[in-house]
This record gives sequence, C-alpha cells and structure tokens, in this order.
Amino acid sequence: MPFFIKNQVSDIKPILTMKPTNTKDPEYYHKVVDCQYACPAHTPVPEYIRLIAAERFTEAYMVNWESNVFPGVLGRTCDRPCEPACRRVRVEEEPVAICRLKRVAADNKGDVKQHMPQGPLPSNGKKIALIGGGPASLTVARDLAPLGYEIHLFDEQKAGGGMMRSQIPSFRLPEEVLNEEVNFILDLGIHTQFLTYVKSLKDVLEGGYDAVFVGTGAPKGRDLPKLPGRKEADKNIHIGIEWLAGVAFEHTKSIAQKVIVLGGGNTAMDCCRTSRRLGGKEVKVVVRSPFDEMKASPWEKEDALHEDINIIDNHVPLSFEVKDGKLIGMKFQKVKPVYDENGKRQLLPTEEDDVFIEADEVLIAIGQENSFPWIERNIGLEFDQWGMPVVDETTFQSTNPKVFFGGDSAFGPKNVITAVAHGHHAAVSIHLFCEGLDVYDRPSPYTNLVSQKMGIHEWSYDSSVAIDQRYIVPQAKKSQTLKDRKKEVELGFDIATAYKETQRCLNCDAQTVFTEDRCIECDACMDVCPTSCITFTVNAEEPELRQNLLVPAENLTQDLLVSKELKTGRVMVKDEDVCLHCGLCAERCPTSAWDMQKFLYNTTKANQMITPLPLIEK
Amino acid sequence: MSYLKPLFRHPKLPKNKLGYTQKEYEGSLSTLCAGCGHDSISAAIVQACFEMSVEPHKVAKISGIGCSSKTPTYFLGNSHGFNSVHGRMPSVATGASMANKDMVYFGVSGDGDSASIGMGQFVHVIRRNLNMVYIVMNNGCYGLTKGQDSATADQGSRSKAGSVNPFQAIDLASLAIELGATFVAQSFSGDKQQLVPLIKAAMHHKGFAFLNVISPCVTFNNNPGSTKSYDYVREHIEATSTLDFVPEMPEIKTNYEKGKSTRVAMHDGTLIQLNKLATDWNPEDRVSVANALQHARTKNEILTGLLYVNTEWKDLHGTLSTCSTPLNKLKEAELCPGTEALKEINAGYR
Ligand SMILES: Cc1cc2nc3c(=O)[nH]c(=O)nc-3n(C[C@H](O)[C@H](O)[C@H](O)COP(=O)(O)OP(=O)(O)OC[C@H]3O[C@@H](n4cnc5c(N)ncnc54)[C@H](O)[C@@H]3O)c2cc1C
Ligand SMILES: Cc1ncc(C[n+]2csc(CCOP(=O)(O)OP(=O)(O)O)c2C)c(N)n1
Ligand code: SF4
Ligand code: SF4
Ligand code: SF4
Ligand SMILES: [Mg+2]
Repeated sequence: MPFFIKNQVSDIKPILTMKPTNTKDPEYYHKVVDCQYACPAHTPVPEYIRLIAAERFTEAYMVNWESNVFPGVLGRTCDRPCEPACRRVRVEEEPVAICRLKRVAADNKGDVKQHMPQGPLPSNGKKIALIGGGPASLTVARDLAPLGYEIHLFDEQKAGGGMMRSQIPSFRLPEEVLNEEVNFILDLGIHTQFLTYVKSLKDVLEGGYDAVFVGTGAPKGRDLPKLPGRKEADKNIHIGIEWLAGVAFEHTKSIAQKVIVLGGGNTAMDCCRTSRRLGGKEVKVVVRSPFDEMKASPWEKEDALHEDINIIDNHVPLSFEVKDGKLIGMKFQKVKPVYDENGKRQLLPTEEDDVFIEADEVLIAIGQENSFPWIERNIGLEFDQWGMPVVDETTFQSTNPKVFFGGDSAFGPKNVITAVAHGHHAAVSIHLFCEGLDVYDRPSPYTNLVSQKMGIHEWSYDSSVAIDQRYIVPQAKKSQTLKDRKKEVELGFDIATAYKETQRCLNCDAQTVFTEDRCIECDACMDVCPTSCITFTVNAEEPELRQNLLVPAENLTQDLLVSKELKTGRVMVKDEDVCLHCGLCAERCPTSAWDMQKFLYNTTKANQMITPLPLIEK
Repeated sequence: MSYLKPLFRHPKLPKNKLGYTQKEYEGSLSTLCAGCGHDSISAAIVQACFEMSVEPHKVAKISGIGCSSKTPTYFLGNSHGFNSVHGRMPSVATGASMANKDMVYFGVSGDGDSASIGMGQFVHVIRRNLNMVYIVMNNGCYGLTKGQDSATADQGSRSKAGSVNPFQAIDLASLAIELGATFVAQSFSGDKQQLVPLIKAAMHHKGFAFLNVISPCVTFNNNPGSTKSYDYVREHIEATSTLDFVPEMPEIKTNYEKGKSTRVAMHDGTLIQLNKLATDWNPEDRVSVANALQHARTKNEILTGLLYVNTEWKDLHGTLSTCSTPLNKLKEAELCPGTEALKEINAGYR
C-alpha cells in the first residue's frame, strides 16, 4: 500500500488513474441495488420489503403492481432472478426470500383498487390491438389504457392470463389469485375477444388499428417425432404443455398409474407433480443431463422429490416400447457428462446396457417453440432464418413499424417477469409511435436520491444487520395436496415470520453517498467499516486499484466508487461488493462526508405513474 | 445510533498464522466522537496485533482516565484489560508485569493523563524501564472533560473558543529521551503506514517503548489555529525515516541508498529496517536525537517516526534479577522451600 505523507504522494502517483465515479448516471446506484437491477422489470425490492416490515401491505402491493403488474402471481411463481443476485449471498449463504415476501404483500393487502387508475378513462382517439392475452399483452394494456387508448385484446382461450392460466398449475397458483390480477387490468375498459384465434395479422392490420402488439407466447411444445414407436403409441403420449392446458381447462381429468415425464425443466416438474394429483402412482422424470444441471429451479426439483417423484438423470430416450399396440414403457441409453477445458459439456454413452422403464403414459416436456402460422410473410414483417420475427431489442418494434412484439413471442420462451418487462418497453414504444415521436428517443427512468438522516446518527431505515438465516415457507400436508390438484402447496409466510425475513434485507437502496469536499481524511469510515469496503489510497488504473484495496476487490461485476482527489493526494475508493448498508461509515464520519441516501429507480413506463405513492391509512 | 457492529465481515478477509482474521482483534464499537484520532490508533493496534499473530489472551491493556484511556474497550476485545485511575496506569502496569512477565503490556494514556496528573508516574516508569508499550494519544487537550488545554498544548495554539494558550508545552518525546527511555517514537493517528510498524517494533522492544501519537480531537481541538488539528499536523509533519518492521531475519533484498539505510536488531532477533529521510540523525545516538527534536521544534516541524532505540539496557525484570518463571506461575513448593532453606538463608546473614 502506498505511503501517504503529504510530500511523498506526488512522487509515486501513477500517471494513469481511475476517473471519479459519475454517480449522476442513474445506472450507477441502480446497480448497487442488486435485486432490483437483476429483476427484468426492476421492481424496487427493498422499498416494498420495508413497507412489509411496517405492515403497510397495501402500499407494498402497489409498489409491486406499478413495476411488475402481477404481484400475487409472481409472489408465488416468479423465476426470481433477483434472489441469486441478492447481496446477502455474498456475505452469507442464502438470499432474502424476496419472492415470498412479495406474496405476503399480496395476501395481506387492503383495498388496492382505489389506488389504481379509475375508469371511465378519457379517450385519446387511438386504437390498439393486442394479440394474445398473456402477461406481456396485459402489461401493455395496463400501461396504455390510462393514456386513453382503446384497447382490443384477442385470445383463443376463454379467459385472460395466457400460460399463467393454461400452464402454471393451480397448486402453485390458485385461479382466484390470477383472476383478481387479470381483472384489475381488464377493468380498465379493455375490449376483450376471448375464444378468438387470430388467423391473419394482415386482417388485423386492415382493421384500422394505430398499432398492433403481438404477445402470443411460444405455444408449440417440442415433440420427438422420429423416436421409434412414437406413432404407434401416440394415444398414450402427450406433449407436456398441451396436456397441462387440458388439465387446466378440465378436458383431462386423470392419468395412468405409471408415468414417464421426459425433460428436466420447470414444465417437466409441473407435469410430474400434476400427474401425481391425477392418479399417477409411479411417476418418473427421465432427463438427459445430470441432476445438478437440470433446467428446473432447485426449489421445483425439491418439491417434486418431496412428492415421491423419482428423477432419473443421465438417460437419453431411445424408443417408445409398444406391445400389442399398447405403450409399455421406454428404452434409454445411459450417458455420462464429460467437460472439455472450456467447461463445455458433452453427454457420452457409458458402456452399460440400455435401460427399460415401464410406463403406461408418457409426457414430453422437452421445450417449447414459437410458431407464427397466422402471420403472413408479405406484410413487411421480416423473419430470421430460425423463423423468428426480427424484433428490435430496445423498442420491441418489428420491421413493420406498426407491429410490436413482447414476451415469449419476441425472443423465445422466458418467464412471466420478462414478459412484463417487455410489455413496459413495448408500451413506451407504442405510445411514442402513436404520438409520431422517435421510438429510440426514450424518456429516462425516474430516479430520486434522498438523505435518510433523522438527526445525529439516526436513519429513517433500520440500519442494523440481522444475522438470521433464511426462513422457510410452510407447506400444506402432502396427504392433502396430492388429493386435490387445486390445493395450494405453499402456505405463505405468516406476518410474524415475514417480519423476521424482512429484517434480513440489507437495504441496498440506502446508498453511501460521498462528498469529497467535506472529507478531512480522518480514516474513521475506513476503520469502522465491518466489511472493509472503504480504502483511502493513491489512485491507479482499475485493475491495480482493485488490488490495492484493504481487501482486494475481486468481484468484477461490482463497481468501485472512486472520489475526486482529496487534500493529501489520495482518493477514497469504495468497493460496492459487500457493503452492508449499515450506515456506520456515515455515523462515524465527523463531517457528514458520507450520507445514507435512499435511491429510488423506476423504469420508464408509458403511463409514468409517480412513485413513491402517497401514504395510505391502514 | 448503532451500538453494535454488524457481525458479517468481508468473506475474503485474510487470516494470520493463528488462523484468525482481524475480527478476532477488534473490540466493541467506539463511543468516542465520530472522527476522533484515538479510534485510528485503536485500528492501528488491531492491525499490528493481527499481523504479528499475537495471541489475544497474552495481551493486557491498561489505561488511566480520558477519552484515550477509554479506547481499550474498542480494540483487542479478547484480551485482558484494566481501566485504572487518572494518571495511575503505570503503577498498575508495573504490578501486572511483576506478576506475569510473559504478557505484552499496552499502556494507553492521554496527554492529560500522562503530562499532568500522571507526570510523576510517567517519569518513574521510564526510569525503571518497564517492559511495556506506552502509548500517549496526544490531542493537546482534555477531551473527556470538554477540551481544556492540556500540558502538551503548544504555546500560542488557539482553542475552539478562541483563547490562546500562554504556557509552554511539555514535549513528551524529548522528556522521555532525557529520562532515558529505551525506545521513543512519534507518529500521527492519520498515518497508519507509519504507525503500524512502529507499534510492532515497540511490542518487540524489551524495555520501555514510548509512542507519542498526535491524535486530533475533532470536537474540541480541530479548529484553525490549533496545532493539533488534522490540517496543521499534515502540513507540519516531517518523518525521520520510512520504516519496516521485519519479524524474521531476512536476506537483504532491498538496496537502499548508501548511508541512508539503517537496521536495528532487537533482542529477539527481529529487525527494524529504516530508510532515513532526516540527515544528522542516528536513532542509536541520544544526543543526535535530542538535537533533531530541537531543530524540528524551531522550524515548527513535527518529527515523526522512530526517534531513538537502545537495546542494551536491562528492563526492570533484568535489573531486579527476577526469576525466569513468571511469579504467578510459581507454585507453593518454589515459594515456600521449607525451614531448612530458611535456616540457610538466615545463616547467610549472620
Ligand atoms: C408448464 C409451464 C410452467 C411455467 N411456469 C412458470 C412459472 O412458474 N413462472 C414463470 O415466470 N413463468 C413460467 N412459465 C413461463 C410463462 O408462463 C411464460 O413465459 C409467460 O406466460 C409468457 O407470457 P406471454 O405474454 O409472452 O405469452 P403467453 O403467456 O404464452 O400467452 C400467450 C397467449 O396468446 C394466445 N395466442 C397465441 N396465439 C394466438 C393467436 N394466433 N390468436 C389468439 N390468441 C393466441 C395463447 O392462447 C395464450 O393465451 C411456465 C411455462 C410453462 C409452459
Ligand atoms: C483524579 C481525577 N482528576 C480529574 C479527573 C477529571 N478528568 C477526567 S478526564 C481528564 C483529562 C483527560 O485528558 P487526556 O488524558 O488528555 O484524555 P483525552 O480525553 O484528551 O483523550 C480529567 C482531568 C478525573 N477523572 N480524575
Ligand atoms: S454502509 Fe459504510 S460502514 Fe457499512 S458496510 Fe457499507 S461502506 Fe461499510
Ligand atoms: S470518516 Fe468522513 S471525514 Fe473521515 S475519512 Fe471518512 S469520509 Fe473522510
Ligand atoms: S472529545 Fe475529542 S478526544 Fe474525546 S472522543 Fe471526542 S474527538 Fe475524541
Ligand atoms: Mg488529551
């Protein structure tokens, strides 16, 4: 480490140095709020977690609704990209149970409808068509309806929600929860045409709409058409997502006792768990990849195992075995994963014998595809070599300027929260387009930075750091849930446990804001910081500076906050990586050169609702 | 206000030879004013003890009264401690050392505690060359009692309220050298680069090691016109040398400029490697040190770094020829050798 007596600093100061961090860039502090940054819709997570801690469930719900549109649905089913990103995993093992806290807000909310836009909404004279009624289209509807657009939504199903209704099983997402949140949107005066399959985009375009949004998802399940026996056993082989839709709409009410589910993703998990509820006794998931590398979320696998489902990994399907015209099982080849030096995996056959597994029915859950048979290829809408529409990643506009895409139909199957995020972006573009503005000239996100100081060394957020380990969400008894496919498995946190879980949140939006003019370089902040984030040192280029810190900053995904040069010639460098947002640096600073300031970030939305919301009486 | 430090630490915190991280050397969260220099000195002691892999239970911290004397609560929370009476830390330290010579003793005091009420004790503990590290956290005022000028406040220094100190300052480092202290260093709380190796060297010195550390009182003595403020000290600091404390006899790798490099071997085989910045100064020659200090004073400079070291003189245990086993480890058999032995001793006096 460099020596820093006044006259010596200049002698050893390297010529190339890091520039002072531009904290005016909205993305700098946004990135510090790891969960929010990782959330495709950038939900202000710590903001609603604090509201839950204060039992202000209605406001917590509204903070969510504003960003992610389906808090009740997502609080149960979200893929939770926020959780692996949670700062907590960098100082201990488990992230905050962000997703399950969201559900607490939804379960305990009061009258939220009064805080939503109220109809009848004055018309702006423009008309939009939404094709498909999944989360992407519904988000576009929610963002554009308050602006006065007349919105027509078409879906071939009998109700809105898309795959949230047809695919996600009721034991994970009760229908009432979905209905309530879909209706919040439809009640904004959306013109719905259910049970209507759109056969021609050209016809729609000729219908006098100012813009069209395509949110038709990735509705085609992959098959194994070439596998021997596929045709002969067709009666007892089903495409997973079609079968799940059949169950959801009550066309399918039972399944045989011995079931094989092919595939290792979440669809496979939903298929096997649904099978258990419809009469499947020996349900086996057979997957090519090793167990640890299956696509399904760890918690989905856990739940499946808990329901006595056998997961057989490293098995590649060879054939459907048919006897007397009836499916009796499947043959598999055993493989083992081999990795090359780049970590790329290959599944190589072991020399063992092929394996026969008995089955009366097989569900194929090996992936989904997009399919656009209803879009004409001569309407100025280009498709790429894989049959996917050419869609701009920022604007979600297709090569036909009137047509926008979002959700699974834009870039292939993802998840609900991604569909919502796409919906917000597409709605902004549609609004700009309809206003005759440049769709690339997008308004900046709404940000706000406010000191949390409440007198000397008091903060308006709870800055203490709880060491509690993640609390577990209780589940209903297996004996009950397996009997009734609609019985929700997870029970949700009770309020007392939820409170304890909220305290695990590190309030990463309480930013450490540094004002160099005030710093007298007493080192107090550096000495007190429990996680050694702060170092006063001679500036250098980033790789060198990272090494020169009290503890080298080796997590390159996390930024350094670098000050302007201080009086002694040094700079203050803060590694954002494991900051606990405990506020001790600011408490021990004699001159308030550090301050804890709450950073609010709201992505650009067409309706630009203003948050924070006004306080609501409980 | 936070009164507890979060328990999480950086997951990549380095470990020392004992397998401990710095956390095992920390104390409770300081209740001193935010920005107090004393806290930086505490942090330097933590760092030095961590890096030296000192076993925490083999350290005792003894202090008097004052903000400075409160600091032992804020470092080495796993070590022994005794917060004694104003100015009386040396007596307690002497007693403790007599009972158990095998411990590292940190005496922590302030300028008020040492240069006023405790002056008599300070002088005598130097005279006895007690094996201890004696740190004065020197802020030129009585911080704890709201910032009155202390005996180390410089003549002409202006207090926060505007009054000018009419009295001459007691220069503790010069005094210690005059009295024959065997290790004397001066430093600044805001310069851990210098302070940490000094503390390490002091811990390895067998005898009385005195560290006078200028430590700004942010609340009562950090105003313009004060000579103990962060700004003033940074403007007027002059280091005698840059130094490294070398725990084991190394091969000589660095080539210092001829005549500028000095090494001092300590009793236990450790080394202090000095790269001299000041000329006409030899850390093993008392006269040259006294001169250097006088010169600096006339130029309004604060001379920091290792000033003087003498490894020849015996410490108190050596002078008194105490037995090699610590007194508190002697058993009844050794302490009461029996009537026959007593008779023999008595016979010796006849
Ligand atoms: C089994 C399964 C489980 C899943 N579980 C989860 C989960 O737990 N969490 C999660 O986040 N995501 C989950 N997903 C993914 C998630 O459901 C989708 O990513 C998401 O619903 C995509 O939303 P979307 O708006 O793009 O379209 P979709 O939800 O797919 O909705 C598209 C709608 O368009 C309709 N449609 C299609 N073509 C036409 C047409 N030509 N005319 C009229 N209507 C049409 C369809 O009927 C459908 O209703 C799951 C998916 C599956 C298959
Ligand atoms: C016997 C006695 N006399 C006076 C006091 C009042 N008193 C408490 S602290 C202090 C001065 C402390 O000054 P210093 O040692 O410089 O410590 P600082 O607070 O500046 O670090 C005095 C006079 C006392 N506690 N006990
Ligand atoms: S808030 Fe300040 S003291 Fe606390 S961990 Fe972050 S940088 Fe360190
Ligand atoms: S505590 Fe404040 S004044 Fe002291 S070094 Fe840190 S930022 Fe600067
Ligand atoms: S009064 Fe002065 S010496 Fe005491 S804690 Fe405050 S700053 Fe430190
Ligand atoms: Mg004092």
